[in-house]
Amino acid sequence: MHADPAEVKQTIRRYMMVGAALFAGTVITVAANQVHLAIPLAITVALIIASVKGSMVAGVFMHLSHEKKWIYGALLVTVAFFIVLMFVPLLTVSDTIGRPEHVAAPGHAAPAEHR
Amino acid sequence: MNIPYTVESRPDTGLHNCKLGIWLFLASEVMLFGALFSTYIILRTGAIEWPHGELNVWLGMANTFILIGSSVTMVMAWASLKLNQFDKHKWYLIGTFALAGIFLVNKYFEYADHFTRGEGPWHSTFLAIYFTMTGLHGLHILGGMVVMAYFIGPGKKMWTTKPDQFANRIEATGLYWHFVDLVWIFLFPVLYLL
Repeated sequence: MHADPAEVKQTIRRYMMVGAALFAGTVITVAANQVHLAIPLAITVALIIASVKGSMVAGVFMHLSHEKKWIYGALLVTVAFFIVLMFVPLLTVSDTIGRPEHVAAPGHAAPAEHR
Repeated sequence: MNIPYTVESRPDTGLHNCKLGIWLFLASEVMLFGALFSTYIILRTGAIEWPHGELNVWLGMANTFILIGSSVTMVMAWASLKLNQFDKHKWYLIGTFALAGIFLVNKYFEYADHFTRGEGPWHSTFLAIYFTMTGLHGLHILGGMVVMAYFIGPGKKMWTTKPDQFANRIEATGLYWHFVDLVWIFLFPVLYLL
């Protein structure tokens, strides 16, 4: 094994600090939930805290804060496709087939494209 | 025949096979769980009403603590190898394995409570997506436990013959484990709190 013990010991201190921060973040998430905020605000707060915690796990525990460019490249492509995946639900909003505006009222013909 | 770049880094990527391989696998996992999170968004935004308080927040919080604790012990297992302290490594890995087991036991009690009340995945859209997401996550925990059991048991022999390769394998196991923790960090607020 080739590792500088002093460097590893310093890294271990960082792991412990991040671990403590993750525990604290979990407590804050649950505490914020007990306040009963409005749903949009509650979602925003919970997801911001989760994102901060996730970044700490990825950056420190998974060593992404100092990784090789090939790893960053692979993750960049993944993030791009992940964002596309998260926006797929928007397509269901733009799909109006079967919605009331496309159902013909009595005495009126349905729009031409749906006959 | 020896497989190249199991320990030394490839000159073009600066990475050994194990690391590049596990990261590509994790990229595919991001898409797998991403598809389920996307499904959750569709189901939730399309629902007339969405249940609140159906799940035990305190049990979910306890499981979050357990997984975070297991991530710390996992990264310590790897750091111990870097310090040539195999005994410490072994106990940290056993600790991670035990915490994973406790997580699954908690999950079992949670599931059992739902099923005894007749609240299976068929009961509601919320419970359908809840069981799908946490069930898949639980399978990942189980998979991680199988790998850890191998390195606690028969796989540990490699430390005496090829210590660097063994450390690389533990690092890859750790990356997978932290990813499983990362997924739970998002699952907990999404399913239990919101």
